[in-house]
Amino acid sequence: MQFFGATFTICHRELIRYWRDKVRILTTLIQPLMFLAIFGSGLKQTLAQGNFGVDFIQFMYPGIIAMNVMGVAFFSTVTTVWDREFGFLREMMVAPISRSSIAFGKTLGATVIASSQALILLVLAPFIGVKLDIITLPLLFLFMFLVALAISGMGLFISSMMRTMESFGLLMQILIFPMFFLSGAFFPLTSVPTWMSVIAKLNPLSYGVDAMRQILLGGQIPDQILAKFTINTIPVNGLFLLVFGLVAVSAAVVVFNKRG
Amino acid sequence: MSIIKVENLVKKFGDFTAVNNISFEVKKGEVFGFLGPNGAGKSTTINMLSTLLEPTEGTAMINGFSTVSERDDVRKSVGLVFQDPSLDDKLTAEENLRFHAKLYHVPAQAYQHRMKEVLQLVDLWDRKDDQIRAFSGGMKRRLEIARGLIHYPVILFLDEPTIGLDPQTRAHLWDYILKLKREKQMTIFMTTHYMNEAEFCDRIAIIDHGQIVTLDTPENLKKGVGGNIITMQSRDKRGLKVELEKMGHSKIKDENDSLEIEVEDGASMLPKLLREVRTPIDTVGLRKPTLDDVFLHLTGRKIREENASGKDIMRQHMRMRRG
Repeated sequence: MQFFGATFTICHRELIRYWRDKVRILTTLIQPLMFLAIFGSGLKQTLAQGNFGVDFIQFMYPGIIAMNVMGVAFFSTVTTVWDREFGFLREMMVAPISRSSIAFGKTLGATVIASSQALILLVLAPFIGVKLDIITLPLLFLFMFLVALAISGMGLFISSMMRTMESFGLLMQILIFPMFFLSGAFFPLTSVPTWMSVIAKLNPLSYGVDAMRQILLGGQIPDQILAKFTINTIPVNGLFLLVFGLVAVSAAVVVFNKRG
Repeated sequence: MSIIKVENLVKKFGDFTAVNNISFEVKKGEVFGFLGPNGAGKSTTINMLSTLLEPTEGTAMINGFSTVSERDDVRKSVGLVFQDPSLDDKLTAEENLRFHAKLYHVPAQAYQHRMKEVLQLVDLWDRKDDQIRAFSGGMKRRLEIARGLIHYPVILFLDEPTIGLDPQTRAHLWDYILKLKREKQMTIFMTTHYMNEAEFCDRIAIIDHGQIVTLDTPENLKKGVGGNIITMQSRDKRGLKVELEKMGHSKIKDENDSLEIEVEDGASMLPKLLREVRTPIDTVGLRKPTLDDVFLHLTGRKIREENASGKDIMRQHMRMRRG
């Protein structure tokens, strides 16, 4: 019981900090809009010549949501490095609580923040011609949550090993862009070179994009077109993300317990 | 009754021995000072006593609990104020306290009352809903003390509580610390490298190179130095020293521009000295020994700010920048 109490307290602090930082909320929301507007409108013309069979902005939309979840989740785990630099980590370390509850609390905080913020992006759906179905919303949110969990675990794992903000920031840059571009958000991963599909198979984000695309666009574009982009079924995607998330969080807890 | 009991405590980092076989006891309600230059092993000791570091050898019992095998009980027994700031500056004063209270399992129904009590103690009650980033260095320190008290510890650990604060704030902070002792009979274990602050302690352990050089009340330590210190300035400092030594004075310290002579009874010795000394003297002074003299007497060195390592200087700058 004490374990959950401490986890919840630490998670609660993450939420308060997030809510106070309006600039952070705003910038992380503007970023996906820019991607949609710039890439969407730019690439739409080029792709219109091919027989893509679906509006490109609609195609990108689920990927943009997944990317937003990833970005926010990563960024939220940076607080661990921040806490170390500004001494607050010590305050938690000397408290009569287990270190695991600190790691779980931080992961949970980042997961909740990232998955909730992505919900805001659903407001865009009507503007780009995607009809939201109330029945699919819980499933969609489940996938936002799973992606957020997988990435938060990964983020905490990395930030537990980083000593400065600078090194964390650099590593994030190196990770985020390949993960994003090889997620299937911009182009289908069904007919790419082998090396690319191997990387994509290890990339948790590609499973999130794959599932969210099926959930959001299912029934709205012809099934055979959707099938052309699809790699796995929704349950397989969910299972991969869950396993990835649990492994990442466990690894983060282990590293955190060791190094603090 | 001893509330801290340390026996043969040793901490080694590789080949370096930071704390070398120290033993001491602290009684309930006592203000106990750990005095020594930077790098003497003060913070390492506090980290071992507060369970952050495991000792290489020896044992430490806090409030009857072992710092190694009964870690959580020790943690609940102590309030800690670190050398470096450790508040969340995005949270308000009250939120920082609430966070701490929850992690230390303060009962929810007791929280409001305790929060008010500790904030009033450090005069921050009217600022409870302000975010920490607007606080001055002294206010942050006071809040950290309040936070360290909210789970009703039996001992408060203060690691260099006044470092980086201006003299006025420092004096002010001491008022609060002494109030704690007076009103709450709190046992306080503190480290400092400011000699004048150590005077406020009931007992002091002087630590140097990881070892306790001496342990006693400030008065007794000063008595140990001798009655008084006579300071003399002369254009011919060397000649004066030679002459004084011929007269049989052995405890002469060569300061920058003056000589300091330890004597039993300064008031009667001074006129005699002035009558007998042939070397021209420019100025003369008589003072009681300070803890500075005690440290000098015992180690042959002075504790001064210039002992601060590069890291400490940087830390102080960081502190100032963060305000």
